[in-house]
Amino acid sequence: MRIPILRLGDILLTSIQVDLTDAEVMQFQTDVLHAIADIEARGLVIEITALEVVDSFMARTINDTANMAQMIGAEVVVCGMRPAVALTLIEMGRGLIGVETTFNLNEGLARLNKKIAQRGDSSLTDDEDAV
Amino acid sequence: MLESVRVSISEEIHSAEARRQALLLAQHLGFGRTDAYYLATAVTELATNLFRHAGGGEIQLRTLTRQNAVGIEVIAHDTGPGIANVEQALREGFSTSGGLGCGLPGVRRLMDELEICSEMGRGTRIRACKWAAIIQTVERQC
Repeated sequence: MRIPILRLGDILLTSIQVDLTDAEVMQFQTDVLHAIADIEARGLVIEITALEVVDSFMARTINDTANMAQMIGAEVVVCGMRPAVALTLIEMGRGLIGVETTFNLNEGLARLNKKIAQRGDSSLTDDEDAV
Repeated sequence: MLESVRVSISEEIHSAEARRQALLLAQHLGFGRTDAYYLATAVTELATNLFRHAGGGEIQLRTLTRQNAVGIEVIAHDTGPGIANVEQALREGFSTSGGLGCGLPGVRRLMDELEICSEMGRGTRIRACKWAAIIQTVERQC
C-alpha cells in the first residue's frame, strides 16, 4: 500500500488513512521527500484525521518526515490530529517537535499559503512579475 | 460476555487486530475514551515489539474485576531472544532498534501496571493492566 501524493499547485497533499506497516511508513517518507525535491514543492500537508491510534514509531516517522521536508526547503503542516492521539502521545512522553499543526485540511492549506507567501521565494515572485 | 481474547502476532499487520480487540473490549467494559485509546496504543506498541524484536508472539487480553473496578490485562508473550537489560529497556530514550526509545516507557506511562519477565534465549512475557477510572459520584444536598 503506497500513500498517494497529490499535487495542488506548489503544495503536496498526503493523507494517511490506513494502518501502515513499518516498511510502508518508511516508503512513504522516501516517496514524500523525492516528490518534494522533484517539483520543488513549497509546502507539504500530512493529513492524519483517520488515524485513531498513533504508536511511537508512527509518531517518530511523521515528525522526522516533517523535519526532513523542512530541511530540504518545504513548509510543512500536519492536520487533523484527533484529541485521543494528542492525549496519548503526550502521556507517552512524545509530541511532535518543530511541526506546525492545524485542526483541518482547510486551515492547513491556509497556513501553508501564508507561510509560503512570507518566504517570498524568488522563482514564485518572478512568475508573478511575468503575469 | 467477552472475557478473554488471544491474538497471534506472526505478521506486522496483526498488531492492528490486537488493537481492534483491545478497543472492543475496552468499549464493552465501559472504559472512557481516553483510557480506551491509552490501552489501544499500549497494545499496538507491545504487538509491534513482538514482531520487531522476537519475530512474533501472542497478545492475550483478559477482563479483570475487583471491588468496584474493572480492568483489562494484556499479556504479550514471545519465545524470542529476551531482553538483555529490562531496566535499560524501560528507560526513556533507550532503543536497540533505532526506534524512539519510548516503546516500553510509553507503555508504562499509558498503563496502570507493568511487569516484565524476560529470560535470555527463552523469551519475554510482559503483563500490563489498565483499570477503568472510577468516577466518584458525590451526593449533593439541596
